[in-house]
Amino acid sequence: MVHFLFQRSWQFLISLLGITLLTFVLIHLAPGEPTDLQTTLNPKVSAQARENLRRLYGLDRPLPVQYLDWLRRFATLDLGRSFVDGEPVSEKIWGRLPITVTINLLSLTVIVLIAFPIGILSATRQGSWFDKATTLFVYVGFALPSFWLALLLMLLFSVSLGWLPLSGYQSLSAAQMAPLERLIDWGRHLVLPVLTASLIGLAGYSRYLRSEMLEVIRQDYIRTARAKGLSERQVVYKHALRNALIPIVTLMGLELPALIGGSVIIETIFAIPGMGQLSYQAVLARDYPVVMGLTMFGAVLTLAGNFLADLSYAWINPRVRLS
Amino acid sequence: MKNPVEVKAPEDVSREPGPARLSHKALAWRRFKRNRVALFGGLIVLAVTLVALLAPILAPYDPDGINIEEILSPPSVQHPFGTDPLGRDVLSRIIWGARVSLWVGFAAVGIAILIGMAVGALAGFYAGAIDSFLMRLVDIMLAIPTFFLILAVIAILEPSIWNIMIVIGLTGWMGVARLVRGQFLGVKEMDYVIAARALGARDFRLIVRHILPNSLSPVYVAAVLGVAGAILTESALSFLGIGVQPPKASWGSILTAGKDNIEIAWWLSVFPGLAIFVTVLGYNLLGEGLRDALDPRLKL
Repeated sequence: MVHFLFQRSWQFLISLLGITLLTFVLIHLAPGEPTDLQTTLNPKVSAQARENLRRLYGLDRPLPVQYLDWLRRFATLDLGRSFVDGEPVSEKIWGRLPITVTINLLSLTVIVLIAFPIGILSATRQGSWFDKATTLFVYVGFALPSFWLALLLMLLFSVSLGWLPLSGYQSLSAAQMAPLERLIDWGRHLVLPVLTASLIGLAGYSRYLRSEMLEVIRQDYIRTARAKGLSERQVVYKHALRNALIPIVTLMGLELPALIGGSVIIETIFAIPGMGQLSYQAVLARDYPVVMGLTMFGAVLTLAGNFLADLSYAWINPRVRLS
Repeated sequence: MKNPVEVKAPEDVSREPGPARLSHKALAWRRFKRNRVALFGGLIVLAVTLVALLAPILAPYDPDGINIEEILSPPSVQHPFGTDPLGRDVLSRIIWGARVSLWVGFAAVGIAILIGMAVGALAGFYAGAIDSFLMRLVDIMLAIPTFFLILAVIAILEPSIWNIMIVIGLTGWMGVARLVRGQFLGVKEMDYVIAARALGARDFRLIVRHILPNSLSPVYVAAVLGVAGAILTESALSFLGIGVQPPKASWGSILTAGKDNIEIAWWLSVFPGLAIFVTVLGYNLLGEGLRDALDPRLKL
């Protein structure tokens, strides 16, 4: 296990270094400079001022030097300052993180609560009407653009029925509300974003669990479990499900980038001031330290997710460690 | 084996009993024809392609024709899908939008497949250090949240239909690379490849003429499913206003108008999304059907 841990940590570091290099090169290869917005678009800025600005941000130095410098600061968690308001990028991200994490954790909970029973039932009753209905539902889920689903839910629950607020994450009058009232108000604002995110994620997870279950149920040890007279319930939940869940752990690690990408769309539609909205605004403003910082943050999160998934996978399944 | 005369030739043993021996492709086609869901998907794909090709004939109005007297008019006989905030006919814009979506989908997938095949072929054929390096690169690319990367690159390049295609292609090749590498690892050990090598075929010829053609089945499937993914990404970017730029009609950008007018014009939010949904569904069903037909072992 120690050897495995060491090996994976090493890979983690190499990948991290690769990602920083790749992101840096990609952003710098593109034509146009981050100071363009402040200089070219503003005729009052003289050539001298432009040069000063470039020097201030260190853009006049050779790329490798810029990269090493950026890497050194990244190692100390200093992601630079926003071009727009001068606020440190790391503080900007930390401030936006809680709401994004909340929405994603809530949707993940909903997904697990609904997708697992669907996956198990459709696998144990393969070919039944229930299986066919959920298969149809899965195909619909895969083809549904999240932003369209969001608009349809808004049309139904906010515009037609008027049950839920259209967007934002709190009412304008939230400051005057009592704590409990405020919590309810906050919850009502989160229903549609969480519903959208979970409906989109549901299809993948239930499908994946179904095929894992089908794979496991064919194994010899399941036949053995049945042959020794265990109840079907025990066979399915104790013997089959446990083994089918192992790859789901890995899937959760791999799904992180999609989750982060999805936040951009959902937070922009529902006007929720989270990380996704921050990245969208940063892109529009060409706020390049923020874009870079967010991409790195997302990449580190993904790598950490994969790393944890690998570890827990090895923890649950000793065969991986040996090979 | 006391009596060699009685030993059958290997090819006789391997031949399947049946009325006629069919090639791999013919067998796949036979399985595909029996799959009604896949045929339905194929029908959708065909229909959307025809709509895109015949857009000038099918569209009842000029998609860019502004009419300030009919701003945001609800669906009617004249305008079955209503009009947008500039009085343009939504049906005509959706019909022309099919061109944009398919064009971006095909081009992006084309780029992704070319890169993926090159990387996968090199990794699978040469193995060793080249393989480790390329596969590490794939892992790294997969760890970067693609949507962020696309946003970052679009922020710096101008958002345009060309840049969208290129960026989606450049961030979507990793899956194909893995598939092709896996195929290469198996196929390159086959007797006919070893024979070709013994006859003096050079690496390039081995890769392109001998191994690649036998490694393509999963690539077809990935290509069809990739078109669906690229259409989804393009419409998301256009919806956010950083994809295909107005006045060019795109399904995503019509939905932006729908979001801005959600309380007064439901039709702007419903119909363009339906077009995306149906098209993506069609490609997904076709791709899944193709997968089942080409490799029935995978069917669960």
